[in-house]
Amino acid sequence: MIANLPFIAVALLIGIALATILLKKNMIKMVMGLAMLEGAVNLFLVSLGYRENGIAPIFTNAPEGADMVLPTVQALTLTNIVIGVATTALMLVLVMVIYKKYGTVNADKMRRLKE
Amino acid sequence: MNVLFENLPALLIAVPLFCAFLVPIIGRFVPKIRDAWIVLASLASSLTAVITAIIVYTKGTIVYVFGAAAGTPAAPIDSGGIPFRIIFTIDGFGAFMLLSAAIVSFAVVLYLISSQKERSGKSEFYALYLLLTAGIFGMVSTGDLFNFFVFLEINSLAGAALVSYHRRGGIAAEGALKYLIVNTVGGLMVLFSIGILYAQYDSLNMAVIASQISFSTLNIVALVLFITALAMKAGSVPFHFATPDAYSVAPSGITAAMIVASQAGLYGLFRIVFTLYGDIFNTVTIGWVVIILGVLSMVIGVTMAIPQKDVKRLLAYHAVSQTGYMLLGVGVALAVLGDPLAMAAYGQTAMEGGLFHIINHAMYKGLLFLAVGAVIYRTGVWSLNKMGGLGHNMKWTMIFFLIGALAIAGIPPFNGFASKLMIYESVFAFNPALSIIAMVVSILTLASFMKVFHSMFMGPQLPEYAEVKEVPKLMIAGMVILTIFVIGFGLFPDLVVNNLITPAADALINNGAYITAVLGGGL
Repeated sequence: MIANLPFIAVALLIGIALATILLKKNMIKMVMGLAMLEGAVNLFLVSLGYRENGIAPIFTNAPEGADMVLPTVQALTLTNIVIGVATTALMLVLVMVIYKKYGTVNADKMRRLKE
Repeated sequence: MNVLFENLPALLIAVPLFCAFLVPIIGRFVPKIRDAWIVLASLASSLTAVITAIIVYTKGTIVYVFGAAAGTPAAPIDSGGIPFRIIFTIDGFGAFMLLSAAIVSFAVVLYLISSQKERSGKSEFYALYLLLTAGIFGMVSTGDLFNFFVFLEINSLAGAALVSYHRRGGIAAEGALKYLIVNTVGGLMVLFSIGILYAQYDSLNMAVIASQISFSTLNIVALVLFITALAMKAGSVPFHFATPDAYSVAPSGITAAMIVASQAGLYGLFRIVFTLYGDIFNTVTIGWVVIILGVLSMVIGVTMAIPQKDVKRLLAYHAVSQTGYMLLGVGVALAVLGDPLAMAAYGQTAMEGGLFHIINHAMYKGLLFLAVGAVIYRTGVWSLNKMGGLGHNMKWTMIFFLIGALAIAGIPPFNGFASKLMIYESVFAFNPALSIIAMVVSILTLASFMKVFHSMFMGPQLPEYAEVKEVPKLMIAGMVILTIFVIGFGLFPDLVVNNLITPAADALINNGAYITAVLGGGL
């Protein structure tokens, strides 16, 4: 049970994040939802690589026979954090532009495209 | 010279990336040579892709191991047969997608150089464009799932930034935001499924996972997430809402490039369904899922397209509709994959028709967007109601648009006819009702394009467009390149199918060859 706790947290976070993206009208909150979704996926990846009492996967001066956490998933997480920063920044810039032009960040009120 | 040829797959990414980051520097210090540099950069990246594709077609699958001496096997002996380096695996299908991306991206650059002349911020614009190219090339040539995700994100980010580049009173930003949100959610779903697969098989390499994958609930969850996410990227129904918004507000040349970008998502979908999951279960269910997605895309796309007034939005809905044909053809092949008799009778043809339609769509839809962009470039209006009589002054653009329109409607002798005929014939053998739907959609497409053609080019010359001139030569040149392929593929379909499409279809159907190419028959 205790070992599964991170995965339960991941499921909860994904649920909350998707609900935020789909239900919120405020575009800033939608971007926050996406950032949360990204955090949930990162948590999922890191907890996949976790080993109980594991040490950092550095072989220099490592004690004999110690368990190590998996390094690959951590590399994936790092990459995803970088990508996430770029995506979030671009989305916030777009929201900023929309606010400047339309004077609102409410997704329901920006329907100029549909006309 | 030999070193260059040995490292072609690395150059595929390195050339556009390197050139992209040099563009702002060149634009800052020697703006005079910037345009020449961009054309050169795009020509170099497209040539790299074409040469790579030719090598794959003549010598077979390329497996390129990053950071290893030439000749090192992908799965070294001392690693226990597990490929731990980053690997590019380009087989027939990848080469085919590379070819289509290379042609369109070069034609679009010629067009953009001229159509963006008066705009500001050009250096960054072209840097993003080359990044988009690098993203597409990477997606279709990588053999590593995580790499695929990274290139997918490069593709989406560069695409969204390009869509919003000319803000047009905020609506471009609106379209780009929708596109980016949909693609980011899709990208994260892909990453989540990659995590699920990595947790079970300790590898990110597609060949390793494909050789070990088994039938389990977790794998099905991952498959469903993959299909959903990549259908989002490809813009098929029910995720079609972002596509028209983004396509209609993007600069015209960019929209043509985005067609190829979304087809890279289609590549990922087919690659995962066939290569990764091809062995493990009865593919009839998945085949029908793909078929239904395809039929819905065709019907909903074309019915939404007919009432549109904004000409680019109309074209964007037709893009959704045409994606349906590809899904239909490949879906039929997927549904009969387990049945060798049906596969030989019509499955193979359906597959080839679906794949042929991918490259045809990239050519004629690219041409249509460029032609419509040329009209908008000269007149500055998007609405069909305000256009008219432009055929008097823009003869070349009118001819190109007509060729594109006839090709998309499936009229001989253009390329759309060749691939649609293959799809009709084979799908009819599978299920006549589906084939009839496909034909009806095609007729509706023709009707819709006749309306567009008439309201744009026909009729008396309108006084407000009396001063309109033909577009500059470079824009014409971009359209000519695509026209050559639209007509050439239509006149010699057998040649194209035998030399380009059949190897691509075989590469997908026979996933054992893909695994053996990477793992060398071990494991």
